[in-house]
Amino acid sequence: MTSFPWLSLIVFSPLIGAVLCLLVKAESSRLVALGFTVGNFLLSLPLWWLFDSSTANMQFVERASWISSPPVNYSLGLDGISFPLVLMTTFLMPFCVTVSWTAIEKRVQLFMSMLLVMEAAMVGVFVALDFVLFYVFWEVMLIPMYLLIGVWGGPNRLYAAIKFFLYTLAGSLLLLVAILALYFHGGHTFDILELSRGTYGASLQMWLFLAFFAAFAVKVPMFPFHTWLPDAHVEAPTAGSVILASVLLKMGTYGFLRFTLPMLPDATVAFTKPMIALSIVAIIYGAYMALAQSDIKKLIAYSSVSHMGFVTLGIFVLNIQGIEGAVMQMVNHGITTGGLFLCVGIVYERTHSRQILDNTGLAGPMPRYAIFLMIFALSSLGLPGTNSFVGEFLVLAGTFVWSQFATAFAALGVILAAAYMLWLMQRVVFGTPAPAHRAHLLDLNARETATLVPLIVLVFVLGIFPNPLLTRMHASVTNLLNGQKAPAYATVPQPTTLPNKTATVAAIAPSSSDQAAAR
Amino acid sequence: MTFPLQDLMAILPELLVIGTACLILALDPVLAADKKDLLAWLTLGALAMCMGLTSARLTGQTYAFSNLVVLDSYGAFWKLLLYIVTGLTVLLSLAYLKAERLSIGEYYGFILLALAGMMVMVSGADLLTIYLGTELMSLSLYVMAGLKRTEARSLEASAKYFVLGAFSSGVLLYGISLLFGVAGSTRLSVIAEAIATQGTANPMLSLALVLLAVGFGFKLAVVPFHMWTPDVYQGAPTSVTAFMAVASKAASFGAFLRVFVDGLGGASADWSVLFTIICLATLALGNLVAIVQTSIKRMLAYSSIAHAGYALIGVVVAAGHRGDGASSGFPSVLLYIAVYSFMTLGAFALVGMLRKEGQESENIEDYAGLAKREPLAAFFMLVFLVSLAGIPPTAGFIGKFYIFMAAVNSGMTWLAVVAVIFAAISAFYYLRIVMVMYMREAEGSQASHSRLETSPALSFVLACALAGVVLLGLFPNGLWSLATHAAPLLK
Repeated sequence: MTSFPWLSLIVFSPLIGAVLCLLVKAESSRLVALGFTVGNFLLSLPLWWLFDSSTANMQFVERASWISSPPVNYSLGLDGISFPLVLMTTFLMPFCVTVSWTAIEKRVQLFMSMLLVMEAAMVGVFVALDFVLFYVFWEVMLIPMYLLIGVWGGPNRLYAAIKFFLYTLAGSLLLLVAILALYFHGGHTFDILELSRGTYGASLQMWLFLAFFAAFAVKVPMFPFHTWLPDAHVEAPTAGSVILASVLLKMGTYGFLRFTLPMLPDATVAFTKPMIALSIVAIIYGAYMALAQSDIKKLIAYSSVSHMGFVTLGIFVLNIQGIEGAVMQMVNHGITTGGLFLCVGIVYERTHSRQILDNTGLAGPMPRYAIFLMIFALSSLGLPGTNSFVGEFLVLAGTFVWSQFATAFAALGVILAAAYMLWLMQRVVFGTPAPAHRAHLLDLNARETATLVPLIVLVFVLGIFPNPLLTRMHASVTNLLNGQKAPAYATVPQPTTLPNKTATVAAIAPSSSDQAAAR
Repeated sequence: MTFPLQDLMAILPELLVIGTACLILALDPVLAADKKDLLAWLTLGALAMCMGLTSARLTGQTYAFSNLVVLDSYGAFWKLLLYIVTGLTVLLSLAYLKAERLSIGEYYGFILLALAGMMVMVSGADLLTIYLGTELMSLSLYVMAGLKRTEARSLEASAKYFVLGAFSSGVLLYGISLLFGVAGSTRLSVIAEAIATQGTANPMLSLALVLLAVGFGFKLAVVPFHMWTPDVYQGAPTSVTAFMAVASKAASFGAFLRVFVDGLGGASADWSVLFTIICLATLALGNLVAIVQTSIKRMLAYSSIAHAGYALIGVVVAAGHRGDGASSGFPSVLLYIAVYSFMTLGAFALVGMLRKEGQESENIEDYAGLAKREPLAAFFMLVFLVSLAGIPPTAGFIGKFYIFMAAVNSGMTWLAVVAVIFAAISAFYYLRIVMVMYMREAEGSQASHSRLETSPALSFVLACALAGVVLLGLFPNGLWSLATHAAPLLK
C-alpha cells in the first residue's frame, strides 16, 4: 500500500484537462485532450506492477471525510475487479480522442472537454468505495454523455439522447432510494465494504435487489431494458459509441459484482434463475436482432446486447470460472467492440453512411483497414487465440457447472455471433464496392493506424496470455464468492490457498501450449 | 403606550429595514432620474447592516413585546437567507430595471417593505404578528407585480395576485379566529398548550387546521392553491418574479413551519395526512404541467410549485417524530429551500437578462443556439437546470438527498419512491431547455437572436448563484449544521 494518491490523480487530472480544453483554440484543444488522456493512461500504468495480486483487500486506498452528517466519505480503492476496468478505461480514452480528430468539426473544445469529464466520472465510478460517492460519479456522467450524443450525434440524435438520459436516470434514482434504505438497515454507513459485511432481512434484500436491478440492468443493458442502446449507439459520434459500449455498459455489470452479489447474497441466489434466463434471452435475442440489421452500428449495438448477456450469465452462475470469465469478458468486449466502433467511425468519415450496402467491398481499396476490421470481427465472434475466446470459454465453463441445459442455449449465441459477424464481413470486406463511394475509399492514414494497432495488439495479448490479468483478479473473485454465505455453490471446487490458484487458472485457460508460452 | 428599549433592540433589523424603506420613498422624488441607482446601494447597505445584526443573534431564544415576537436561531436562519436573496434581487433589479427602462425609485422601497413583512413572518410568535407580516409582504408584492404599468399582462398579474391573495388572507384570518375560539389566545405557545390539554377531537380545531392549511397553501403556492402562480410569475417583471419565487416562498415556509410545529404540533397526526395529500398533488401537477409549457417563465413557475412539493416531503415525514430523536425532516426542508433559492434565482436572472430587440426572450424557442452565441450564459443555465433536476454534483442533488433520506428514515420509503419518479420526469423538461440551447440552431437573422445583456451587477448575481449551487453541492457540511441547529422540534 502506498500513500501516493494514485487514484485521486487518475480521477481528477482529466478535469484539469477539461477546463483547459475550454480555454484554448479548437486546434490546441485536440492536443490538450490527447495529452491528458495519454498522460492519464501513463499515470495508471504503474498500477499494473504496483497492484498486489495476492490479496483481495482494497489497494491504493484513500480516505477523507466529505459530508459529516450523514457520514459520507471520499474513499477510493482498487481491487481485482475494478482494477482491469480502470486500466481499460484509461487505455481506451486516447483513441476516443484520436478518432474524433477530424470527425468532429464543430465546437471541438466542448467535445474534448466533455470526453475528459466522462473519463473522470467513469474512473470515479470504478474506484469509489463510498456508496454516495459512487452514486455521484454515476450520475455526473449523464450530462456529458447527453451532450455528446445530442450535440455531435446523427440525424435522430435528440430523441436518442433524451431516451438514454431518462432511462438511465429513472433506474439510478431508484438506486438512490435503495442506497438510503441500506444506510438505515446497514449500521448507518455508506461505506461499501462495511455494507458488504452486513446481513439484511430476506424481504428487504428482495426489494433492494429489484432497485439495484433497475439501475444496473438498464445500464448493462439487460433484456428487456435494452431499447435505449441501439438508438444511443447509432446516433452517438464514434467516440461516444466507444465510451458507451466499452465503459458505460460495464458499469452495470460492475454494479452487480460490487453491490448486488456481496450485499444481497440471499436475494441473488433467489433471483439466479430469472437472471440467467434473462441473460440467455439477451444472448440469443441480441444475436438474432444483429442478424437482421442493415446498419453496421446497429448490428454492433445488438451484438453488444448479446455479449453483455454472456457477462451477466457469468456473474449469476456464481462460480469462480463464471465470474472471472465475466470480468475478462467485460474487458474483452470493451476492447473488441470499441475497436469495431472505431472501424465503423473511420469508414463513416469516408462514405458518410453506416449502411452495410453503402460500404461493401472495402478489401480492394482499403486493404489495411479490411485486415484490422477482420481481426476485430473474429475476436468478437470468439475465435480461439483472440481475447473474447478466453472470456466466453470461462463463462460457458462456469455455466456448464451450473446447468448443461443453459450452456447449450448460451453456446447458441456463439454460433449466431459467427453467423452475423461473418456475414457482415462477407459483405463489407469482400463484396463489390458501391460505385458512389469508391473515390473516397482511401486506406488508413497514420493517425488511424495508430488508433487501431494498440487495440489489435491487446486482442492477441489477452487472447494468448490471459494469465497475468486473471491472476490479478483471482483473489478478489475468490473472496467475493467466499463472502457469499449461500450454500448454492458449495459444490464448485474453490481454491482457498494461493498455490492452487495457478493450477485452476491453467486448467481453464485456452490451451496448454499458450500457457507454456505465457510462463 | 411605551416600548421598553430591549424590545426595540430585538426588532432592530426590522426597524432598520422599514426606516430605510421610508428614507428611499422620501429621497425618490428629489433624486434626478440618472441617480436612482443610489437607492439600490442604500438598500444594499441596509441589508449588510441587518446581516451583521442578525448574525449576532444566531443562538439563544429571546421573546419581545410580551411574547409577540421571538428571536431564535430558526428565525435567524430564514432572515439570513432572506437578506442574501434580497440583496441578489436588488443587484439583479439594477440591471433589469435599466434594460426595461423602468426608472422607479420606490421599487427598492417596496422590496424593503416586503422584506420587513417576511422578517416579521419568520419571527412571529403569535398568529396575529405572523398575519401582519404576511399582509405587509403580500401588499408590497401586489404592487411590485404590476410595476410594468404599460403592459396588460403585468397589470393582470397584479390584479389576479391581489384578488386571490386577499381571499387567501381572509381564509387565514378565519382560521386564526377559530383557533382563538379553541385556545382563547392567538399566542402559539398558548395554542400548543390548549391542544395538549384538550386533545385534538374538537371539530373547531379541525376546521381551523384546514383553513390555516388553505391560507398558507396559497402563500406557498402548493396544489390545489397554486392557480395564481403561473400567471403572476409570467406577468410580473422578472426581477420581481425571482423575488416572489425565492424570498416569498422561503418566508412562507418559515412562517408555515413555525405555526404548524410550534403552535399546532400537537395535532401533527391530523395535519400530516392533509399535507401528504397536498404534497403528492403538488409533485404530480407541478412536474407534469411543466412539461408542456412553451414559456420559460411559466415552466419555471411550475417547477417552483414542484419544488415546494419536494420540501413538503420533509415536513410530512418529520410529523411523526417527537423530541430529541427527531428525524432530519425539518432540517432537510430548511436546506432544501436555501438550495432552491440559489438555483431558482440564478435561472430567473438569466431569463430576465437574455433579451432580443429590447424584449425579454420568454419563449423556450428563443434559447435555440444559445450555446453558440453565449457559451458562458448557456453554461450557467445548464448548471442551474441540472441542479433543479437534482443531478450531482450540484446543490440540487444534496437537497433531494437529505429530503429522501428523511423520508426513508421515517419509514415512508414509498413517498421517496414516488418523489424520485417525479424527479426523473422533471429531468425531461429541464433537459429540454438544455437541448434547445445546445442542440438546436437559431433561426432567422442575427438581430432577432437573444443575447445576454451583461453588466457588472448581473455578473455578480450570476457568479453568486453559481457559487452557491456548486459549492453547496460539493461542501454541504456548513449549511447542514446550520439547518440542523436552526430547525424546529416537535414537542
